[in-house]
Amino acid sequence: MEHLELFFKSIFIDNMVFATFLGMCSYLAVSKKVATAVGLGAAVIFVMAITVPLNWLLDHYILQEGALVWLGPEYAEYDLSFLSFIMFIATIATMVQLVEIIVEKFSPGLYNSLGIFLPLIAVNCAILGGSLFMQSREIPSFSLAFNYGISSGIGWFLAILAMAAIREKIRYSNVPPALRGLGITFIITGLMAIGFMSFGGMLTGGTEKKAKKVETVKVENNKKAIDLADNTIEIKN
Amino acid sequence: MGILTKKDLKLITDPLADNNPITVQVLGICSALAVTAQLKASIVMAISVMFVLAAGNVVISSMRNIIPPKIRIIVQLVIAATLVIIVDQVLKAYSYNLSKQLSVFVGLIITNCIIMGRFEAFALANTPWKSFLDGIGNAAGYGIILVIVAFFRELLGSGSVLGFKVLGNPIEKTGVYAYGYENNGFMLLAPMALITLGVIIWVQRSRNSSLIEEN
Repeated sequence: MEHLELFFKSIFIDNMVFATFLGMCSYLAVSKKVATAVGLGAAVIFVMAITVPLNWLLDHYILQEGALVWLGPEYAEYDLSFLSFIMFIATIATMVQLVEIIVEKFSPGLYNSLGIFLPLIAVNCAILGGSLFMQSREIPSFSLAFNYGISSGIGWFLAILAMAAIREKIRYSNVPPALRGLGITFIITGLMAIGFMSFGGMLTGGTEKKAKKVETVKVENNKKAIDLADNTIEIKN
Repeated sequence: MGILTKKDLKLITDPLADNNPITVQVLGICSALAVTAQLKASIVMAISVMFVLAAGNVVISSMRNIIPPKIRIIVQLVIAATLVIIVDQVLKAYSYNLSKQLSVFVGLIITNCIIMGRFEAFALANTPWKSFLDGIGNAAGYGIILVIVAFFRELLGSGSVLGFKVLGNPIEKTGVYAYGYENNGFMLLAPMALITLGVIIWVQRSRNSSLIEEN
């Protein structure tokens, strides 16, 4: 259930393009034809499915405060989270290179269809954004991180595919000259984003109750922590 | 113009309008849209980008003869990431609330296409001083669009500019609110950033017809 919820949420409600505007540069540049849009979209799903879980491992076993404790108790106080930007982008850049080499070796057909898009992906903000959101939303487990990577990739794929289809059709309509190209694309994307906002109602029924429960649990925990703190102060006195 | 020759000056003024990184070169749009609900956040964002772009351009351009061409993308990413970490730590230390509000978008300066685009297209082929000017100019062009979009969104959406309630108080019904004016909360939502930017592009292209695209 948790998996299904995250899956739908990251495709429709927190859609990478329409809710957070990530990966807009390549989204605008490559959405002129459906065929190329499909190629780039597939490459994004592929790379996100690999890098998000990998960065989750990095985050949980190296970067977070106290994550190095598996090396021994004396490492428990290290907090390397300020290094996360550089570690994440290095992982992404190397993974993209590695994937490119492997795909070229084992599946030349796929390489030819993805070929030119793979290097572009290293600087696609959707990929780094996926990893950073994974960190800031505190996704709890490895399998959920994998799910999050795949489903945000699918969301991005859906957005670029829809846009490319609309742009192919709009060539036959009479757009004011100054709006042609970039301007009308922006406005259409805005309208699509408004449409996607209506998906926000999809999950609220169930989650509101859950959120309240979690809050009350948190409050109780806080109370306990405060009580404990008071006790320790008293003991110290 | 002691230090700046005419050519140098053109490097700064060109990206402000006719070669604007956002509306003409189509670079760096992701962050431009997400932070513009408030004017203050977008000014901070513009300054951060200016620092990263100017400093990064100088570093890349002084290293341009020793960077092996095959690994240049990784070198560029590492330099951008280092500068962004500096910005992020400074923001966290001096204005924690603002850095919370900008959340992941400070980190996303690394993959902001303006940064990579200018490194690749300008800094790798020009001297440090010229690259510095180019960095300042392009970041200023980016900043101008950010400030325009944020000004309209904040004014129409929450009736304030930089947090000051210029249109009066909506709850006590003073200022224009006394005449039945209401804030348009829709302007604060994400999609309106796209539409505002679309309108800016429309206005710019109808004033300068050389920018109009074929289809």
